[in-house]
Amino acid sequence: MEKFTKITATATPFPRVNVDTDIIIPAKHLKSIKRSGFGVHAFETVRFNADGSPIPDNVFDGPKYKGSKILIAGDNFGCGSSREHAPWAIADMGFRCIIAPSFADIFAGNCVKNGILTVALPQEAVDALVLAAEAGHQITVDLQDQTVTCQNAHYEFDYNPEHKKKLLEGLDEIGQTLTASAAIASFESKQKLMMPWLYRG
Amino acid sequence: MPKTMYDKIWDMHVVEDHGNGNALLYIDRHLVHEVTSPQAFEGLRAAGRRIRRPDSIIAVPDHNVPTKDRDKPNPDPMSTEQLAALDANANEFKLDYITMSDIRQGIVHVVGPEQGFTQPGVTLVCGDSHTSTHGAFGALAFGIGTSEVEHVLATQTLHLKKSKNMRVTVTGELPVGCSAKDVALAIIGAIGTAGGTAHVIEYAGPVIEGLSMEGRMTLCNMSIEAGARAGLVAPDEKTFAYLKGRPYAPKAGQWEAAVNFWKALKSDEGAVFDREIVIDGSQIVPLVTWGTSPEDVVPVTATVPAVASFTDRNKQEAAQKALDYMGLKEGQPITDIRVDRVFIGSCTNSRIEDLREAANVIKGRHVAGHVVEAMVVPGSGLVKALAEEEGLDKVFTDAGFQWREPGCSMCLAMNPDKAAPGEHVASTSNRNFVGRQGPGARTHLVSPAMAAAAAIAGHFVDVRNF
Repeated sequence: MEKFTKITATATPFPRVNVDTDIIIPAKHLKSIKRSGFGVHAFETVRFNADGSPIPDNVFDGPKYKGSKILIAGDNFGCGSSREHAPWAIADMGFRCIIAPSFADIFAGNCVKNGILTVALPQEAVDALVLAAEAGHQITVDLQDQTVTCQNAHYEFDYNPEHKKKLLEGLDEIGQTLTASAAIASFESKQKLMMPWLYRG
Repeated sequence: MPKTMYDKIWDMHVVEDHGNGNALLYIDRHLVHEVTSPQAFEGLRAAGRRIRRPDSIIAVPDHNVPTKDRDKPNPDPMSTEQLAALDANANEFKLDYITMSDIRQGIVHVVGPEQGFTQPGVTLVCGDSHTSTHGAFGALAFGIGTSEVEHVLATQTLHLKKSKNMRVTVTGELPVGCSAKDVALAIIGAIGTAGGTAHVIEYAGPVIEGLSMEGRMTLCNMSIEAGARAGLVAPDEKTFAYLKGRPYAPKAGQWEAAVNFWKALKSDEGAVFDREIVIDGSQIVPLVTWGTSPEDVVPVTATVPAVASFTDRNKQEAAQKALDYMGLKEGQPITDIRVDRVFIGSCTNSRIEDLREAANVIKGRHVAGHVVEAMVVPGSGLVKALAEEEGLDKVFTDAGFQWREPGCSMCLAMNPDKAAPGEHVASTSNRNFVGRQGPGARTHLVSPAMAAAAAIAGHFVDVRNF
């Protein structure tokens, strides 16, 4: 997994509330058995008409926000399904960080696994960052210090310390967990005595 | 200190406590389907890892399966490849695998309970957000992403932060004509789609106790639409009676010990919840969604709300966008919305009780002439067989409904079952998101009885007077 420490980049404003995972990546595009290539279909209904023609001036395809690494989003971003294709698609578009008033739980968890930092800030701060993004200002997100800086504005954010460590170090989570194999085995032997019906064979 | 049911199940599954509510949690049960698993199996293979406990897994295809012409080749090469990948992975890793031609095949969240795989007090996961369904049995059940699927396969654990406790108590008695679906929609309407974020919801009160296991599954299923990762109902005699004798349920020698353990799971008297909501169940009416979020819900007797009725500017913008997408006008009566297509199915409402409820409304009547397609998709092959035994298939087909093979179908339109742009769909599924049932499709979430009545009338009607 790619590490996340600090980035400075332009940001794409997309502050719609309750953006669900079907908007991020529609189900018909979940048939691939790979992790890559979802970006071209991301936010399809925002970028293309039903007949497939491009929607002009959408924030994701125009030259204005090209190369941006930060997405400024609305409240309850990523609600809906557990599909990890949603953060895969967002990462595939080049985003490394999403700033919003709040995120759906499963989506935020999936972002951690893919090196994407989700920053929750109060609505007023997000509104200010939307204006800054529209004006083309760069935004700096520092995970070590847990700060977002844009021109003279400076915001601090809360972040789960376990997730912070994972993003800063870019660790292989399964490899780490397997070092606790003895604890897992000991849990199983105790549980098997108490609840033998959960074990077969 | 008194504990909630969630506290108890959490505590008994902690393998390592990492402080601040973070823990390595043991996972007892894992349901696997074709869409969110191929990359996880690929990851295992690439790292040369094995599956820690194949006996904790059932694999079954559901999201992407065709619901008709299963004897013919699947015309979609990508679907074929994905289904073949599940086949290959299940065989390679020697999983309990229910194939598409098996009578037990169906939607993971119908199959798990039906097989007795879902049990009180277990931790159960699946790469699908509607895993919350299994909370109906008092199981801590929640959806996970593909990286977590791989993590569970390899380690039988997950790194999790404990959620907060929330209790939703539904008092009184549910009026005739209302079902668990209306209870779920009423709760989501009251607290919003982010109302349960970072919480696990325990449902309590006389209305919940009065629900059948099927009804409780419908309710817990939509916990995720209220933002909660999991929902819970305390196991009781109904739960035990449902499970007894099912293939994966505890066998005779272990049954009593299991029931004693299950009885101790309920929240202790005086347990503290971080948030409490009380809803008067006797005031619940049949509900219909008008917008593109499950919280956009109104009584069937009401009208489409005015944009100005929302206080927040962002919500006003969202409401305007939703009205444009849905092709509805402010103040338009819900009963004036013409229905073009009807879908009875999904992990929310495809169980035998749902089909009986719908058939009851339809009996002896016919789908309205302008309805393009009305479809019933049973939740599993076993539900389908039972319905056929009861003659329900005949009730549906005589009325002009199609009777299909089990799967997720038009709930998310991954397979060929979808609505055309602009069509209004009366749907018993769980999400009315933009494009969910096909590009430009306009979904209205309702109960099975309400969907059935809409199919006959050709527009939404109050099933209480139908």
